[in-house]
Amino acid sequence: MISVENLTKRYATKMAIEGMSFHVAKGEILGFLGPNGAGKTTTMRIITGYMPSTDGTVKVDGFDVADQPLEVRRRIGYLPENPPLYPEMTVLGYLTFVAKLKGVPKTKVRDDVNRAMEKVNITDVQSRIIAKLSKGYKQRVGIAQALLNDPPVLILDEPTIGLDPKQIHEVRELVKGLAGNHTVVLSTHILPEVEQTCHRVIIIDHGKIVAVDTPQNLRVQTQGAARIFMEVEGPAEDVLAAVKAVPGVLDARIANDNGARNRFQVDGEGGRDVRTDLARTVVNKGWGLLELQSESMSLEDIFIKLTTAEEVTPPTVS
Amino acid sequence: MRNIFVIAERELKTYFISPVAYVVLTIFIFLSGLFFSFYLSGMVESVSIRAAQSAQTGQAPEPIDMPGLIAQQFFNWTSFIMLFILPMITMALFSEEKKRGTMELLLTAPITDAEVVLGKFLAAGLFYVVLLSTTLVEVAVLFVYGNPAYGPILSAYLGVLLYGLAVLAIGMFISTLTENQIVAAILSFGAILMLWLIDVFSRNAGPGLKEALSYLSILEHLSDFLVGVVSTSHIVFYMSLTLVGLFLTYRSLDSLRWRG
Repeated sequence: MISVENLTKRYATKMAIEGMSFHVAKGEILGFLGPNGAGKTTTMRIITGYMPSTDGTVKVDGFDVADQPLEVRRRIGYLPENPPLYPEMTVLGYLTFVAKLKGVPKTKVRDDVNRAMEKVNITDVQSRIIAKLSKGYKQRVGIAQALLNDPPVLILDEPTIGLDPKQIHEVRELVKGLAGNHTVVLSTHILPEVEQTCHRVIIIDHGKIVAVDTPQNLRVQTQGAARIFMEVEGPAEDVLAAVKAVPGVLDARIANDNGARNRFQVDGEGGRDVRTDLARTVVNKGWGLLELQSESMSLEDIFIKLTTAEEVTPPTVS
Repeated sequence: MRNIFVIAERELKTYFISPVAYVVLTIFIFLSGLFFSFYLSGMVESVSIRAAQSAQTGQAPEPIDMPGLIAQQFFNWTSFIMLFILPMITMALFSEEKKRGTMELLLTAPITDAEVVLGKFLAAGLFYVVLLSTTLVEVAVLFVYGNPAYGPILSAYLGVLLYGLAVLAIGMFISTLTENQIVAAILSFGAILMLWLIDVFSRNAGPGLKEALSYLSILEHLSDFLVGVVSTSHIVFYMSLTLVGLFLTYRSLDSLRWRG
């Protein structure tokens, strides 16, 4: 649905995006993850046709953004980082204006506006002035605006920013509900959001893609081996030997020695869960299994690892 | 075409939702009405003096087109007030969109930049027509109590309209340059003042330059319209100034896209 090839954007003084390529399939939810200033907003602005690229091509539904901008814009609902609202207008007045702007036929404007308001639960504030709304409501009006004319592609720049936890949950459910019929690209720096809503994640840093995968795969890939901590009541050396013999265990060592109780650090093969076998082994030997904990890297760790890799240099001792 | 009206409709509503329209209308109606009554009483006074003089000398006074002269002075004054008022109509057109981030909405909607520019210009132009139409009250007074010639009044309206549209186009361009509408208003006022005073500066200029500079003077071209002369060269001047303003606005939007 969206194909981005070798996209490059140079501002007067700095390179915002460099040689970025990716594709988004129809019905997919793609998450853009990256620190502030990584190029998320710039990429989205180029896809929506707000700003031209320096180099590279962007196609939406087969239409090139540079050659047929209006065809592309007709197919996109866009929520910019700051919802584009006219504070002096009422919610209804504003959405009616945007619907007309997007070319919704005159007779269907009212229906389309009602549908969008229902989707984000703002029907009850439709006659209020936008300036008087809370931040959460304003953000939802912004989302409603993007949903008008039912575009096949939605580009949402930080859709949950400024919302309270309940509203965040609602928006995530809304986005999930859009998948299938709509192709969604959303950016965020809130990691659980990506894990919960996106089919695929693109992590970008300094204008380049550093990783593309499903949230699950990313975790496995970056992690390499699965690390497990266990606390066992029993003779340290015997336990260690038995643990090492469990299939799938690459290495094990004693983390700390507490006399009868010992903590072990076990490295298993990536993608294989050895916890069941470990537990069985320990219990069969008659030792006491006090704790078994899988140390899974969260996406947050992966994110930090990927985006800070270049900057973290070991301190040099002279 | 529909898109132009959608943009214009919202813009016109904004004028009347915000206090801008009412402030501008009030100031304009007050100042134009005030000066109309000045001119009127001044004219009545001078006519009575002439009548007294002619009674002394025993000669009949030369006939003068009193309502026509009043109309001429009145439109002259109107175009002068417009110098201050027109920047208020255009100051927010683009600067507010930039400030609120709604520019992103307009520039990613399935409409062309030209439609955005023309829509906004249409709104500003229509509001100007509303403003100008309030002077029909004064003109009606002239027609009720006098018998002025139609021609000069119609040509004066045409002139003031064309002049206003040119000023609006320049003001609209200036509002694309800043996020602050006050700055936009002051810059527009400065630019228009320059175009007005260029006539004064040109007096000391050399032969060739003098004509060129005085041609650029924005009020200079109005005087012929006010006395009932509709000349193509003046129409061309105002219309080309309008087109330059519209074109610069259009290019400025394009540049905004590049700069982000």
